[in-house]
Amino acid sequence: MAFINYSAREINCKLVYYGPGLCGKTTNLKCIYERTANDAKGKMISLATETERTLFFDFLPLALGEIRGFKTRFHLYTVPGQVFYDASRKLILKGVDGVVFVADSQEERFEANIESIENLRDNLTEQGFDIAQLPWVIQYNKRDLPNAMPLEELREALNPTGKIPEFEAEASNGKGVFETLKALAKLVLAELKKGGK
Amino acid sequence: MSLTPQLVLLEEDQRQILDVAERLVRDANAKAVYLVDKNGQLVAEAGELKGIDTTSLASLVAGNIAASGGLAKLIGEEEFPTHFHQGERDNVHITLVAQRIILAVIFDDRSSLGLVRLRVKKAGNKLSELFDAIFKRAESELGDNVESPFAEISEEDIDNLFSD
Repeated sequence: MAFINYSAREINCKLVYYGPGLCGKTTNLKCIYERTANDAKGKMISLATETERTLFFDFLPLALGEIRGFKTRFHLYTVPGQVFYDASRKLILKGVDGVVFVADSQEERFEANIESIENLRDNLTEQGFDIAQLPWVIQYNKRDLPNAMPLEELREALNPTGKIPEFEAEASNGKGVFETLKALAKLVLAELKKGGK
Repeated sequence: MSLTPQLVLLEEDQRQILDVAERLVRDANAKAVYLVDKNGQLVAEAGELKGIDTTSLASLVAGNIAASGGLAKLIGEEEFPTHFHQGERDNVHITLVAQRIILAVIFDDRSSLGLVRLRVKKAGNKLSELFDAIFKRAESELGDNVESPFAEISEEDIDNLFSD
């Protein structure tokens, strides 16, 4: 849940990048880190294994600017994507304000995407969130790979109603990364506005 | 939407929390005291450790508590409410207050674990009282006398954040 500090005039929101193993969650964060001005970002922390697979989470704090005199900060987290790290994923989802679901467009990862999005839904439900109420967006990553599935097929499986904002991306070269982040940040702020009186 | 209410700190809350944190630094002879929301957001800090990356610290302390909390549940414990990390020079003592706030005390050999424990217990009680009241207020949707700064944000305000 967002943390509003009237004394420091700050609002802090937690965004989580979710998705199957090797779909590009960490790559998204690295790209954001590399392309953000120094004064707008903090240190990126990666709790990873020796083979650079995410073990617990990656963390990147961003300061976006001010809204009505309040500094707006976003804390970006990734979850470990590998199936057996489910306990860690649940912990990281705690207090989330918005989710980017990063789908791997490659044909051989189709089932993994579906499994992961179901896992997201289950883990949110377990924590009292309703995915229909939570701000979230889908990113179809790795669109540049030769074995990427047609967008329509991915959409049909992952966003059948078409209601969730979706973006094509190539996180390894930065394409679509900021569009995805901006869209989610806007949804989260709009949700705060709804919650305000 | 969520089971936990949003954490909203007013200036008066912040002042009271800071008072307790500063007193704890003095009473425990500590180098620094940090209060962190379980979601990894820094709520307050006091002490002499200037220039440390507190945003990272908050996120890692929360990750630490989350992981050990998961471990506790696995073996049938509700939580491990106290943690102690011993270093060569500096040590970290971590406790949970009001179920949702993490109190981290950093100290060196000018203090001792016993003293820190004793003082943390006293400060913890006071902080629990303060945070319980804050969460209670949040559950009743902030009371009617506090205006959210976000009720009046426009689409334009949000767009302006991204106009780079």
